[in-house]
Parts: sequence; C-alpha cells; structure tokens
Amino acid sequence: MKRGVILTIAGLGLTAALGWGLFIALPRWVAPRQTVTAPPVVTTEPATPERKIKARLFYVSEDGHGLTGVEHDVPYGADPAAQARAIIDAQFAAPDAPNVSAIPAGTTARAVYVANGDAYIDVSRDIVTGHPGGSLNEQLTVFTIVSAIKSNLPAVNGVQILVDGKEVDTLAGHVDLRQPLVKNPEWVQ
Amino acid sequence: MRSSVTVHRAPRVPVFVAIAAALGLACVLSTFAVRVIGQAPAGASLTLFTRNAQRPIPLAIVGDQEMIGLDELASTFQLSVREEAGAVTVSYKGKTVVLNPEQTIASVAGRMISLPARPVRSGNRLLVPVDFISRAIAPIYDQKIELRRPSHLLLVGDVRVPRVSISSEPFNSGLRMIIDATPQASNSITRDGERLLVKFDADAIDVVIPTIQPQPVLQAIRRLDANGIAIELGPRFSSYRSSSQAVDSATRLTLELLPVPPEPGGPAGTPGATGLPGSPGSPSPNGTGNAPTTTGAAPPVDLPTFGQPSTPIRTVAIDPGHGGADEGAKGPGGLTEKALTLSVARRAKSALEARLGIRVLLTRDDDADVPFDGRTAVANNNKADLFISLHANASFRPTASGASVLVAQFPDEGLVKQTLEPHRVPVFGGGLRDIELVPWNQAQIRYLEQSDVFAKTLHAQFEARGIPLDLRPTDRAPLRVLASANMPAVLVELGYVSNPEQEGKLGGGDFQGTAAQAIVDAVAGFRDYLARTPEAER
Repeated sequence: MKRGVILTIAGLGLTAALGWGLFIALPRWVAPRQTVTAPPVVTTEPATPERKIKARLFYVSEDGHGLTGVEHDVPYGADPAAQARAIIDAQFAAPDAPNVSAIPAGTTARAVYVANGDAYIDVSRDIVTGHPGGSLNEQLTVFTIVSAIKSNLPAVNGVQILVDGKEVDTLAGHVDLRQPLVKNPEWVQ
Repeated sequence: MRSSVTVHRAPRVPVFVAIAAALGLACVLSTFAVRVIGQAPAGASLTLFTRNAQRPIPLAIVGDQEMIGLDELASTFQLSVREEAGAVTVSYKGKTVVLNPEQTIASVAGRMISLPARPVRSGNRLLVPVDFISRAIAPIYDQKIELRRPSHLLLVGDVRVPRVSISSEPFNSGLRMIIDATPQASNSITRDGERLLVKFDADAIDVVIPTIQPQPVLQAIRRLDANGIAIELGPRFSSYRSSSQAVDSATRLTLELLPVPPEPGGPAGTPGATGLPGSPGSPSPNGTGNAPTTTGAAPPVDLPTFGQPSTPIRTVAIDPGHGGADEGAKGPGGLTEKALTLSVARRAKSALEARLGIRVLLTRDDDADVPFDGRTAVANNNKADLFISLHANASFRPTASGASVLVAQFPDEGLVKQTLEPHRVPVFGGGLRDIELVPWNQAQIRYLEQSDVFAKTLHAQFEARGIPLDLRPTDRAPLRVLASANMPAVLVELGYVSNPEQEGKLGGGDFQGTAAQAIVDAVAGFRDYLARTPEAER
C-alpha cells in the first residue's frame, strides 16, 4: 500500500516535469530571440525630398559685426522638429561664396528636439573645438543657430544649444547657453 | 618767616649770573671762532649724491660765503693738488685748474673764470667757495656734476634726483595738493594707516617740505626717505583721489584729500558731526555729546561732491578672461587673449590701488583656468562694488577692430525682475518681514542700469584716450561670467587680436598702460556718479 502511494506520487511528478519541458522550456529555447528597441524620443526623420520651402539662413555680414539673412531652399519637414532639423542641416552646410559662415567647419547636428515651445539643437563637439574664440565670434555662432530657427519657425519661443547631448555653459567662454535664448540681437538682419 | 626766605634765595643769584655769563661768553666765542677760523656751524654741509654713495661734505662759513676744503674736494673727485710759487694747481686726468689764493679768478683748462670770493687759508687747509665745484671742477671732470645750492645737494654722475615742489589749496572742504617733480618722475601712492606715502621713481628727491598748518584732513608733511614723502592725515580725512600728468618738463601729481561728510540730519560742518572717536570736535567721552574738545575744532565742512568716505566703491574685482588650457582668442602673430587680459589686469590693479586707494582683487593672478562661478565668487564673497571682466575679441572678418564694453542681458528680463521683488513672509513671534530671494545665476539683473552707466563711462574714457572703438562700443549680450555678479559688472573687449594690425598694438605696453589708465579714470568717474546719485535713483 505504502509502496503504491510512493509510485503514484513519483509518476505525477515525472508527468509534470515532462509537461513543463515539452510545452514551456522547449518552445522558449527553440524560438528566435526578439530585439527590444526603444521608441524614438525625437522626431528627426529626414525631410520629404520632393518638397522644398524657402528659409532664411544666416551668414557673417561684410563688416564682420553682424549676421545677414539669405534665402535658401531647404527640404520640407513634416513636423516642427523635422523642419528645424532640415533648416539646421542647411545652415551647417558649407556656404556658397562669398558667404562666410559663423559655424566652425565640421560641425554637425546630432539631433533636434522641439518641446514646450522651445527648440533644442544638439550639435557635435566640433563647434567647441573648432571655434576661433572671441565674444563677437561666439555670439555670431550662437545666434546663427538661434536666428535660423526663430526666423523660420515663429512658433518656437526659445532655442537652446546642446553639445554632444549635454547642456554647456558656453561654446568659447562668453555666451550663456544654460537656458534657451529667446531674442535675436539687433545686429541680425 | 621773612628772614628764612631771604636766607634761602641768597645763594641762587650768583649761580644764575654765572650760568648766564658762561652761556653769553660761549656764544660770543663760537661766533668769533666761525668768523675768524672758518669752522662751519653745526649742520652746514653739502650732501654728495652718486649712484653708489651718499655722504655729507662739511662746509665752512667765511663772511657770507659758504666755503669747502680743497682737500675734501681732492679726495672726493680724485684730484691732485699742487702748490708752488704762490699758485695752486688742481689736476684731473690731464686737465688743470690754476688758482691764486689772493685772487677771485682761476684758470680752468686755459679759460678764465671768476669766483664769488678769494680762497681762504685755515691752518694748513685751503678753503674755496662752494661755487668752485660747478665753475672749476665740473668743466674738467668726466662725469656730470650738478650743484644745487638751495638744497645743498651735489649730484655726481647719472643719478635721478628730481626737484619736488609741494603746494596746497582748499578744495571742496578738503585739500588739494599739487606735487610737481622736475624732471619727470612717475610716482606711486600707498596708504599706511594714518599716512599716505608718496614714492617717486628716482634715486632721491630734492624736496623742500612746506610748513603747513594742521588741518582737518592733513596734519603734516614729512620726508619719508630718500625718494618719498609721508602725508600725515588729519582726523577728518576719509579718502583721497589722485591724478598724474605731464606738465612741461615736470610730472604733476594732483592729490585731493577728502573729508568725512557730516552725518545725515546733522548740521553740516558742525564739530562732532562725524562722530569719529577722538577726532577734533567729536562728542566727549562723558556722553554729553555736546562738549567740544580744545584740541582745535575742525573748520566748517561742506558736503563734498564726490569721494565720500562711505565711498560707494571700496573694492573692485578684475577678471582676466580665460587662462590655463583656455587660451581664448589667438591672433595671427601668436598673441593670446589670456596673456593680454592678465597683463592689463595687473596694470589696472596697480594703478587703481596707487591712484584711488581702492582694494583690487584679481580673479586670477597667473595662468590658471578658473571656472565661471569661481570668478564671480571672488567678487561676491569679497563684497566687491564693481566687477570688470577683461577680454580680447576676434572676428571671422580680419578687418574688424576696436574696443567695446558689454553689459549682461537676460531672457525675459522684465519677468525675472518681478520675481526678484521682496517677498513678505511671516516670522516667528508674529509680524511680517520682507525677504529678497536672488537666484545665483540672475544676480546681475538688479544692477543692469548701473552696469550700463559704468559701460558708458568706460567707453567715454576709451574714446578720450584715442583707443579705437568697435562699431558697437557698448552693447548688451547674454554673457555667462556676468550673470552671477551681485554688483555692477561689465565685460571689456580691449580690441581684436584677429586683426593683425591691432594685435601688434594690443600686445604693446603703451596700449596696455593707456587701457589701464582709462579703467582707473572710469572707476573714479563711476564712483563720483554713485556718490552724487541717491541710491533710489540709481
């Protein structure tokens, strides 16, 4: 009697183990592994290539003391962030002669965010390492970016520049970048 | 009783008479001795001054002439003296002076000169008029010899001993002193307790200290050392300011000693109005507060128009921009912004301390990389009254040039100012209290108007001194280093190192000195503005 009970319990246990192996462990082991990707935080999709808009891009004025706006065709962006990205990419491109850009050569846009009415432009560190210094030059560089956004996207209130994804104090020791800049100087035309 | 008095007085009469007679005889004999023997009265001497030595040479008075021993001159100037056939021959490196003790003329290298008196024998010495030095020895000597009779100075060789004259005049209830140094010699002023020490860049000074009656701001003027004077300040002295300029062949130092102003509400000029302990006219220690002292009450004092002792500017923080690994802008010739700003900052510090007596702090005094908040902290923690950040500019266009003065700018300034209004909060034990909460990164916002005033003052000084100006000589910009300054603050761009022509000038001492002087005068002007402008109207 006692032996029969023991055999019954052992049989039930073996059956349960076999069932777990066949119906749970084996399918998990043989199934293809899934890759978990985070949803994109920002919209930085490339602009639709077939549509263009007229945008004002900014270059150093003849006397070197201000910025002058020049109209360019830039790709259309489906949303404010995409449009801002397209504008910044065009602004960062090497200018046609005789325009002089205040953006140091090699600088690229890493990402563009638009949130709560402010635009955040994340740029590569080349903007710091390649900067020639001087408060005027630094203002020209910073307000090239600010003006390019605010002139073409009036709904944007402030523009903050990030470097390699982080907030920075300044680019070259002068202009305060710890918060979004909201006003274009008078010397931006 | 009467007889005892007589007995006590009787012995004193002969003693007094004897002392008086002895003194009188001594005076007569000493005068006779000087007149006849030619010995100098005590203290009569020339001071010989050379590059390496300074010593007195004794003089003798014969008649009304100051005479000097020929043997003394021979040892001083390495002359050889030979006397034969009644003539005395003085030689120096092949050149000779021949004089006759019986005549007032002499032959100097073959040319005849006259002397104000004949040589005089005194024992085995021959005394010659002091003018013999300038008229006979100087022409044959191989170094410059200058005899200054009024000050009894004998200068030999290349020594700088400017004549210094001192005059004074009342000024705004204080005192203005005019100190001329001829030929030109720069000066420095330092405060040493109750004295101002004026030192000249010279080997010595030839100065006659004028007799000045003690005044509320000035007690006396004294010789300090070979090249300095000490101005002993009066009890009502509060501050001073100075300026130095070239006038013909002299350097004129104008030093204005400013008095303590009367206490608010007190009658101007009333003795004791200052409340300074121990000052003339201050309240007596017995607490009555009305008893004037007898040590000489100060004359009535009017309100000065500037330089108040509660001087609005006691400390200035100067920030030489960049430093360490951060070179700042760099010119095509290699001039770095960090080196230029440090050099000008050091010059401005020296000039401010010397001329205005202001404490000056540098945020860095070497090639160090100081973080932004560290720079402002130097000013804030030391309660500086003004913050000046020095920089040099650069432009993508090499033709850009000129200096500019920038003031901070904040996004939404009006909005931020509203948040800085005092908040009324309840306090323990009942009642309300106004408190001001000032965010560290927006401290400057309360001083923007004053910063604008200083920027315009400095701009005017640059312009007056011919320093080239930027197209926008004053401007606003969101400047990181100014944001946290809890006092008026500006950022000065001295010029463009990116402009090759201007880079050369920026690196030169002339430009840097001029810029430093402009800063000093701007600080003085701003101090005047603050002093005459009520706080509520600033």
